[in-house]
Amino acid sequence: MRESRLWFLFVLAGACMIVLLGAHLFVMHLETFMGYLGITIHEPLAYAEVMARAKSVSWLVIYMALLILALYHGLYGVRSVLLETINMKHHSTVTAVIVIVGLIAAVFGSYIVIQSYMMGGL
Amino acid sequence: MRYNNRLGAKGWVIGGNYSIERYLYILHRVSGLALIFYLMCHLILTSFRIAGAPTWEAAMAFVSGPFFKVGEFLVMCAGVYHAINGLRLIIIELGYCIGKPERQEYPYTPSIKKQRPLMYLLMLVVAALVAVSVVDFFIM
Repeated sequence: MRESRLWFLFVLAGACMIVLLGAHLFVMHLETFMGYLGITIHEPLAYAEVMARAKSVSWLVIYMALLILALYHGLYGVRSVLLETINMKHHSTVTAVIVIVGLIAAVFGSYIVIQSYMMGGL
Repeated sequence: MRYNNRLGAKGWVIGGNYSIERYLYILHRVSGLALIFYLMCHLILTSFRIAGAPTWEAAMAFVSGPFFKVGEFLVMCAGVYHAINGLRLIIIELGYCIGKPERQEYPYTPSIKKQRPLMYLLMLVVAALVAVSVVDFFIM
């Protein structure tokens, strides 16, 4: 794919994450503030709560989307920084390493999200 | 001799234009790199949930000290800043809030100054969200 398209996807992933990651951060860390907004959150990191979220289809979709968007946006950003620093003849190696790291992280993350969904809130 | 414009990482700080936007740019990159590093650690830590409750509780106990609490707060700040500043970059990239092109007849306003109101507004949003996080993390 052309570099301009990859860059556009990078910006698009960033824009989507403002909403998704914003929601994730507020739910996980600002439970008192969310309480004032009328959304009650109890102990978001307790095992029962974590697994209760894991078995919900909407959280499954959100986590998968966050995983893919965050990995793409983050690793594209790292690649941009590296390409500015590293000699041009090594650019394709840098891209290959970034793609491999991204694929490993995506497969690992998806496995965790899907496995905990299949554990059905245990 | 051709000017070497490939400054690499040095260009972050010695690339010229030492305005507020230069420092926002440095902070955007540093926070971005910190966030992708955090994401990788986050993926590994949250994977412990499939090993059962005791393993999860042990992992959570490991990251529950004041050191990790402050670290989590810094991640929150980096996330808030990177998101809101990224929003500013997208808005400007799309051509909004940058003023209209005009003939440069003295006295004129440089284009960078026309972008400033948006920047100040969004940095106030960052400050407000960080303030909410301070209250929620350390006071409530």
